[in-house]
Amino acid sequence: MDNAIAVRGLVVNRGGRRVLHGIDATVPRGSVTGLLGPSGSGKTTLMRAVVGVQVIAAGTVTVLGASAGSPLLRHRVGYLTQAPSVYADLTVRENARYFAALHGRAHAEADRAVADVGLASAAGQLVGTLSGGQRSRASLACALVGEPELIVLDEPTVGQDPVLRAELWARFHALAATGTTLLVSSHVMDEAARCDRLLLIREGRLIADDTPAAIRATAGVDDLDEAFLRLIKASQPDQSGEA
Amino acid sequence: MNPRILSATVARILRQLRHDRRTVALLVAVPSVLLTLVYYMYVDQPTPPGQPSAFDRIALVMLGFFPFIIMFLVTSIAMLRERTTGTLERLLTTPLARTDLLFGYGIAFGLAGAVQAVIASAVAYWLLGLETAGSSALVIMIAALNAVLAVALGLLCSAFARTEFQAVQFMPVVVAPQLLLCGLFVPRGEMAGWLQVISDVLPLSYAVEALQEVGAHTEPTGTMWRDVAIVAAAAVLALVLAAATLRRRSG
Repeated sequence: MDNAIAVRGLVVNRGGRRVLHGIDATVPRGSVTGLLGPSGSGKTTLMRAVVGVQVIAAGTVTVLGASAGSPLLRHRVGYLTQAPSVYADLTVRENARYFAALHGRAHAEADRAVADVGLASAAGQLVGTLSGGQRSRASLACALVGEPELIVLDEPTVGQDPVLRAELWARFHALAATGTTLLVSSHVMDEAARCDRLLLIREGRLIADDTPAAIRATAGVDDLDEAFLRLIKASQPDQSGEA
Repeated sequence: MNPRILSATVARILRQLRHDRRTVALLVAVPSVLLTLVYYMYVDQPTPPGQPSAFDRIALVMLGFFPFIIMFLVTSIAMLRERTTGTLERLLTTPLARTDLLFGYGIAFGLAGAVQAVIASAVAYWLLGLETAGSSALVIMIAALNAVLAVALGLLCSAFARTEFQAVQFMPVVVAPQLLLCGLFVPRGEMAGWLQVISDVLPLSYAVEALQEVGAHTEPTGTMWRDVAIVAAAAVLALVLAAATLRRRSG
């Protein structure tokens, strides 16, 4: 089996509202897959279902051959929540070392993860005193520290400067080259081009699941932003504007 | 539970506390200041012959009460922060078991409560002349047990609070009835029957009775050990209920 994630007929309700309407999607192993869509489209909900913290109404989510959220997966999946989920009253290093300890990893690995996200010089600083971008990188270090086989990153590059953003994407591809699977959400279209595959989601429905090149070809345009617009229009021919 | 994960979690919680110097200073200083206040309130009150002085009676119960109130508040807020900042959601995707987290809090804040009780007891016994028939070590043990009970109740109550404002409101709800009915103001045997029934189901009543036993008897009594066992059982029950409220999956 070559898929790290297989989602079949996934339906999720949150707060009495249907958020995902029967999603079918796969994420191949050893790839960087982008999950794109506007705010409120269901990206975070889909990611929560993949890491197994979301109550689902119907469908199945299979991750690395096991049911999502299975205890077997807890060593193998890393999760970065959208809001930086690190302890503000600990230093960057202490945060990384705690999450390393949960995965049975040594201090040295935690320190390397901190260096990998470009925070070596701020390692001794309390997370509460960091800038927003630094804080989300501290959170990212904690998601990478266990060397998980699947890394689920909810908007990891928000608030990062362009140089750092490029470095982080290079890091994601380096990880994928070693066989790690990454599912990365973003609402910035220029990041879509950096992914091996794209899942485009809108109002809880999957609109595209393909490589960036194939999506451009299908839509008949070079610009991914424009391609997505065309795919959205094509997916709802009988609706005009917001439903 | 996994010993490595549990000990990492205890260390992490204590590290968070250590970085918050002002909280540590308050934890250490406030009980001693309040005990001193009570000392001067009663210093000129006459003591009936053959009875413990008012200060001895009240300070002994206060030593058990501080860790209870303060660790309840600290735990409610700490657990609520885990929920609202997303660290809890992330922890639940890691190999950490729910009991690792709950017992981690129980041990870490139980230790903090024990340290607080040691310092407050040192002030009460050495500076303010508190006298108990039984050993001060037993007083500290009961105070530390109260801290663990408070952590367990705080973990449970935090499941029902969505905001810090709500979490703080649980303090009077959980603490005030136990303080009023524990036998400090009116002896439990002299209360109306229905109040006694309520008092009988509140765990702090037993902690206070255990402290009073230490105050009155040179050796630990059977009643004291029974009360200690009841408080410990209440703490375990609250932790089990707290574990039931902690779901890996949420809506």
